[in-house]
Amino acid sequence: MSLKRSILDLRKRKDEVRLGGGEEAIEKQAAMGKLTARERILSIVDEGSFHEYDMFVEHAGTDFDMGTKVLAGDGVVIGTGTIYGGPVCLFAQDFTVAGGSLGLSHARKITKIMDHALKMKVPLIGINDSGGARIQEGVNSLAGYGEIFFRNTLSSGVIPQISVILGPCAGGAVYSPALTDFVFVVENISKMFITGPAVIKSVLGEDISMEALGGARVHAEITGNAHFYALSEKECFEQIKTLISYIPWNNTQKAKSFPAKEPKTKLKIENIVPADARLPYDIRDIIKSITDSSEFFEIMELFAANIVIGFGRMNGETVGFVANQPMVLAGVLDCDSSDKAARFIRYCNAFNIPIITLEDMPGYLPGVDQEHAGVIRHGAKILYSYSEATVPKITVIIRKAYGGGYIAMNSRHLRADFVFAWPTAEIAVMGPEGAANIVFRKEIAEAANPEAMRQQKIQEYKDKFANPYVAASKGYIDEVIEPQETRKILLHALQISTHKDVPAPAKKHGLPPF
Amino acid sequence: MADQDTKQYIIVHSAKYETTYNKKYLNRKVWEEPNFNLIKSYIPGTIIDVLVQEGQTLNAGDSIIVLEAMKMYNDVQMPFDGKILKINIEKGQKIPKSFVMMEIEPVE
Repeated sequence: MSLKRSILDLRKRKDEVRLGGGEEAIEKQAAMGKLTARERILSIVDEGSFHEYDMFVEHAGTDFDMGTKVLAGDGVVIGTGTIYGGPVCLFAQDFTVAGGSLGLSHARKITKIMDHALKMKVPLIGINDSGGARIQEGVNSLAGYGEIFFRNTLSSGVIPQISVILGPCAGGAVYSPALTDFVFVVENISKMFITGPAVIKSVLGEDISMEALGGARVHAEITGNAHFYALSEKECFEQIKTLISYIPWNNTQKAKSFPAKEPKTKLKIENIVPADARLPYDIRDIIKSITDSSEFFEIMELFAANIVIGFGRMNGETVGFVANQPMVLAGVLDCDSSDKAARFIRYCNAFNIPIITLEDMPGYLPGVDQEHAGVIRHGAKILYSYSEATVPKITVIIRKAYGGGYIAMNSRHLRADFVFAWPTAEIAVMGPEGAANIVFRKEIAEAANPEAMRQQKIQEYKDKFANPYVAASKGYIDEVIEPQETRKILLHALQISTHKDVPAPAKKHGLPPF
Repeated sequence: MADQDTKQYIIVHSAKYETTYNKKYLNRKVWEEPNFNLIKSYIPGTIIDVLVQEGQTLNAGDSIIVLEAMKMYNDVQMPFDGKILKINIEKGQKIPKSFVMMEIEPVE
């Protein structure tokens, strides 16, 4: 064969593989509102930067007449590319090829690119669109999943791992995304569950649609399995790129620096927060009045909205924000919000991202359902994560900091580096209403007019304890600051913390209350 | 999330805070005092056999129902010495979780 013919032959072979499951299958995929595996990758990476590997890998099945079948690339695309010039490893399951089912070769391609990502210390982005295990390959499929889960775990905390659910992801397959750092879902396209509607119907008699059982919205709002929710694949890819801009390439580096910018809207912080501690406001307005360009990239916006987490930049550097949200459930801590915050704190710590905590919370959510759901062990995760974290940790107490919540929200006692308080801060063992009822129980009961006495005692307690000065007098607060100074002081604290280095006691690993 | 018109409140330590509820909070399960005289299905499944009749007096640990669930035959037993008051199931019936299969009462 002449060189030219060899080249033409190679092109033909590659074109055949790029066609995946064929034109008909691609049309079906498009009819579902879905892009193909390669189109998806090309939508995420910098133009012209993608290189695909293992195009000619063949499937390993021999049983059930599989020996004679040809599956292009064995139903998965792997490769490397760049996003904003930074290198990434990617894989995308191809639903047009045997439903994106996972056989041994398919899994080996994925583990190959995972090994590559870990070795090169670059982020891994996995796009899931698969019917599940390839039944014809039996236990080899299970082996494949296991090898993927193992690598997800090994890479955890070393390189960022991002999962994108763009189709079904059912049964054992769901555990790879669950082990990764961030999961992206798209309305009407993503489906995640351990047991599907058909089995649930036959075994339990419960009739539920795929969307209602494990659709995008369910995982973004109810289960907390998803971190980012989008209405289209296009919006999802934009979210991925934005996330990538906020996080470092691996755990030995810092996130990319951007030019420093003043907040866009000079929000009058004083006007955001109502004077009455029992009235709500949107804590995100305060975050946006502090961050560069007033930009805040919120994570898990719909799940446990009583706590807000996400990234912003301060003087061009990425910072993680953890903030109570008085607008939802009064900003209480509960099982879900504790899980949400704790995982994010650990993420920031693993990837060298300083944490700013904004506090305004009345305590833990009362209720039998909370107690029986294990709010003790869930709540403990926040204490554990803050205590363990060695990245710069700064707290600003906006209003209420009561009881266990005060301790949990990155208090001085958990090794916060800086604790600031607004003059509106109320740092106390509990709110004035509850405290007065206990401390002055006898006086209230014996008074001629108990209700009037109660109000008087609440006021007395408020005057004396509902302020930042008691805590400041003991050194638990470093400085009581004026609201409009907040950004300036935070920038200073971050600057001072740049070279923070605290040794940790040697251990194999800790035992957080999972 | 915050699309409710009417004001919503959460009470923590006697203080009433204006706020909004989320879906999970609205759908939370309200706790009920357990009634040990109701034999409820702890798992959904199919009734393979009903081994007792109404009015029968039995000892703790006696088998009363065979419930097939998760590919297993589960042996449902009397929790204490007692009498069968009412049977709400029959052979072959598919039942959901927490279905009251039998009502019983303790005997001395």
